[in-house]
Amino acid sequence: MKQGRPLSPHLQIYRWPLAMVISILHRFTGVVLAVGALLLVIVLVSVAAGPAAYEVVRILVSSLFGQIFLVLWTVALFMHLFNGVRHLVFDAGYGFGIDATRNSGILVIVATLLLTVVVWSVAWLNGRFWI
Amino acid sequence: MHWWMQRLTAAVLVPIVVWLAFSVAMLGSASHEAVVRWLQSPVVMTLLMLLVVTTFYHTKLGMQVIIEDYVRGWLKAVSLILLNLICVLLTVVGIAALLKIVL
Repeated sequence: MKQGRPLSPHLQIYRWPLAMVISILHRFTGVVLAVGALLLVIVLVSVAAGPAAYEVVRILVSSLFGQIFLVLWTVALFMHLFNGVRHLVFDAGYGFGIDATRNSGILVIVATLLLTVVVWSVAWLNGRFWI
Repeated sequence: MHWWMQRLTAAVLVPIVVWLAFSVAMLGSASHEAVVRWLQSPVVMTLLMLLVVTTFYHTKLGMQVIIEDYVRGWLKAVSLILLNLICVLLTVVGIAALLKIVL
């Protein structure tokens, strides 16, 4: 192989395109939420099982670890939700083109962070949670 | 069919999920009594039953695509069967828990 030739792509200075990052995150958050759905059922079962079982779940969820987990859960949930809506718009035939997909991608991230902050502000103002 | 159901369940889940997030934020670390009282409201019970069914249907459809993309051979068949069993099981358990709370 000849030396000094330009290599393509330059992996060390390669920046992941936003569209790619969001696409990967959509799958990743989907799998995370599948596990989250299992936890939702566990919570429901604990409520059905009675106060003692529910108390265990309540203490776990109210712990610092539980709260951090819940924050990450809401981020994953809203990210998947907003990007899902973005995909529904794509399916309807709108929002194609490099600028449009980029802008909607940024919008997904902003909306995710915003709704996460709003929901946790409600929880915090309600005064029951740690964070 | 798969494609349409994935979109349909997504559209149904969007409002329910936003509603649930705010509801749980309002509930906070509520007592068992308060949570049961909340769950026993007909609107909450109906929405949560719809949520459980729709969530696991949507989960099944999404995970199925991921398995079909990355898993090959006999492991693929086993994974898909397991996926279906787990999703059906969790739907039934979730609905049963809700029924026990409301009845």
